[in-house]
Amino acid sequence: MLSWGRLWAVARKEWLQLRRDPRSMALAFAMPLALLLFFGYAISWDVKDIRLALVNQDDGEQSRELVQAFQGSGYFRVVERLPSTALVDRELAEAHVTGVLVIPPTFARDLAAGRGAAVQLLLDGGDANTATIAQSYADAIVARFSRDIVLRGRRMEMPAAAEVRIWYNPTLESRNMVVPGLVAVIMSIIAAMLTSLTIAREWERGTMEQLASTPVHRLEVIFGKLVPYLLIGLFDVAVTIGAGMLLFQVPFRGNPLFLGGATLMFLIGALGLGMFISATMKSQLLATQLAMIGTFLPAMLLSGFIFDIASMPLALRVVSLLVPARYYIVVTRGVLLKGVGPTVLWVQGLSMIIFAAIGLGLAAATFHKRIQA
Amino acid sequence: MPPAAVVVRDLTRRFGEFVAVDRVGFTVAEGEIFGFLGPNGAGKTTTIKMLAALLRPTSGQATVAGVDVARDPRGLRRRIGYMSQRFSLYPDLTVAENIELFAGLYDVTGERLEARRAWVLELAGLEGQERRLTGELPLGWKQRLALGCAVLHEPPVLFLDEPTSGVDPIARRGFWDLINAMAAAGTTVLVSTHYMEEAEYCNRVLLMSRGRLIALGSPAELRAGFDEPIFALRTDDAPRAVEALQHAPGVVEAAMFGREVHVVAREAAEAERSVPAALAAAPRGAIAFGGMRRVQPSLEDVFVSLVRRAGAATEA
Repeated sequence: MLSWGRLWAVARKEWLQLRRDPRSMALAFAMPLALLLFFGYAISWDVKDIRLALVNQDDGEQSRELVQAFQGSGYFRVVERLPSTALVDRELAEAHVTGVLVIPPTFARDLAAGRGAAVQLLLDGGDANTATIAQSYADAIVARFSRDIVLRGRRMEMPAAAEVRIWYNPTLESRNMVVPGLVAVIMSIIAAMLTSLTIAREWERGTMEQLASTPVHRLEVIFGKLVPYLLIGLFDVAVTIGAGMLLFQVPFRGNPLFLGGATLMFLIGALGLGMFISATMKSQLLATQLAMIGTFLPAMLLSGFIFDIASMPLALRVVSLLVPARYYIVVTRGVLLKGVGPTVLWVQGLSMIIFAAIGLGLAAATFHKRIQA
Repeated sequence: MPPAAVVVRDLTRRFGEFVAVDRVGFTVAEGEIFGFLGPNGAGKTTTIKMLAALLRPTSGQATVAGVDVARDPRGLRRRIGYMSQRFSLYPDLTVAENIELFAGLYDVTGERLEARRAWVLELAGLEGQERRLTGELPLGWKQRLALGCAVLHEPPVLFLDEPTSGVDPIARRGFWDLINAMAAAGTTVLVSTHYMEEAEYCNRVLLMSRGRLIALGSPAELRAGFDEPIFALRTDDAPRAVEALQHAPGVVEAAMFGREVHVVAREAAEAERSVPAALAAAPRGAIAFGGMRRVQPSLEDVFVSLVRRAGAATEA
């Protein structure tokens, strides 16, 4: 029979230890915000303010209009003007600029003559992603510029036009994708790091043997240890989402209660996994390292946070099924951005419940084996 | 004879090929102080761990406080206290928090908790220091507090695995006063030690070597069973004397004992003749002979001799 008294005794002890350990306290309370700020500002897939060098050999009114079109778009910023194309190579190689816009001396003449007037955009392909995006922006700006010249103020209806509306994230801010995903990634790390020490430390100090000599049941130890970490985890999620809303203007469109329930399941699974790692490893150091590698990398790379799972090779898609953050990310994005609830997200909810059961089961089983070896 | 608190039969534990405990059997009476004595690796700790249900026996049977250790380990844990050689309270909890934790784990609550808390604080001499972190206490106090926490629930049987290792002699003496008081109150105490003088405090002692039981009895019985004459030899070069005497006629064993050499002889008269001769004829020059006298065997002599005989028996 499990006893609340014994479970409470373990939970209280764990909380007291946690409170006196500055490392754990920093991990629990400072780390989530630090990670949010770090990743929130660092990770952005929006390409803005592309640094351009300008070689304007024409310098007529129309060429200045074109440059103005580039600048006014918000995507390009002219940071340098070069007299000739001689220095272009160095500018790009030394990464002073991402691109160089070259307007040839014949630009105005060609335009006036109705010949195709070429402008050249040289892009640094070292960052293929940015180069691709910059290219498409430039195409659009030049196309619009050309159309205005052709039409000269007249209106014209295109025979067919795609009317695109972006739902849920109308301004296509990548932060709206990043922050809800970050909540899952950050909590994966915190949960595993916090718990990775809890059991390994007891083995190292010999206190686990003393616990084992008392009538306490292994489930009482595991649940008792879980309680303080669970409360910290829920607090961290609330703070991280709150900070995301304040600092990054991320919307919260769904039901907080549903998110809370899903968070609870996710945390139980992630904490259980951390305890399993901790119970398997002999030293605190090994446990911490394995917890980092075992949770951080999958949560970053295989959860759908950075790379779309649907476009991964089959093997990685299968592995990603074992990453709890993968389910939780769908939930946080769904609840925050789309305002959807259990009717849509029940698969993720169920997956996390299964995951929580497995995490706890593994922790309990390993624990048992080591005591009665 | 009072009823048995611990009954052990053919208890065996293997770790792969290695036999840590080999078919050990004994019975401990209620209220007895029962000592395990033996060199490191003899199997004392393994035996105690099996009896405290911390390690599963490979074969054999053990009943502690009426509970079969293999069948009902959790039932057993309510009825025993266990303290290991490593200090195993939480150093980052205060004295009071450690007491409350173990009270919680042993289901000691309410008025009983208040009474036991006061009792433990008095026993450990820590009244008024409840709020100190346990890790900051001197080792002797830590050990007394650990003992107090291990018996918070007043178990009928108490296991102590080298409880005094690393503690200074005065604190050790005080610790044994506590053990004696508990045994007098009816607690059965099973304790392992490698301090010979501590074995003298036990009602009975079990000698172990290489996983085997090699002798069992009260300290007086063990000494009485030692029938070979034993001499204390005075010399100014004990290490060389031990070497020179190993093969002297009639000498069973020579070992350093403080500044003297203890010589175990096959027969007294023969040794009295051969020892001075062997010293005089020692390789690399004669060793001074400062006289020798017959002495009562100490428990250590008995122990060394029994371990040697057991070793000879296994190798034969």
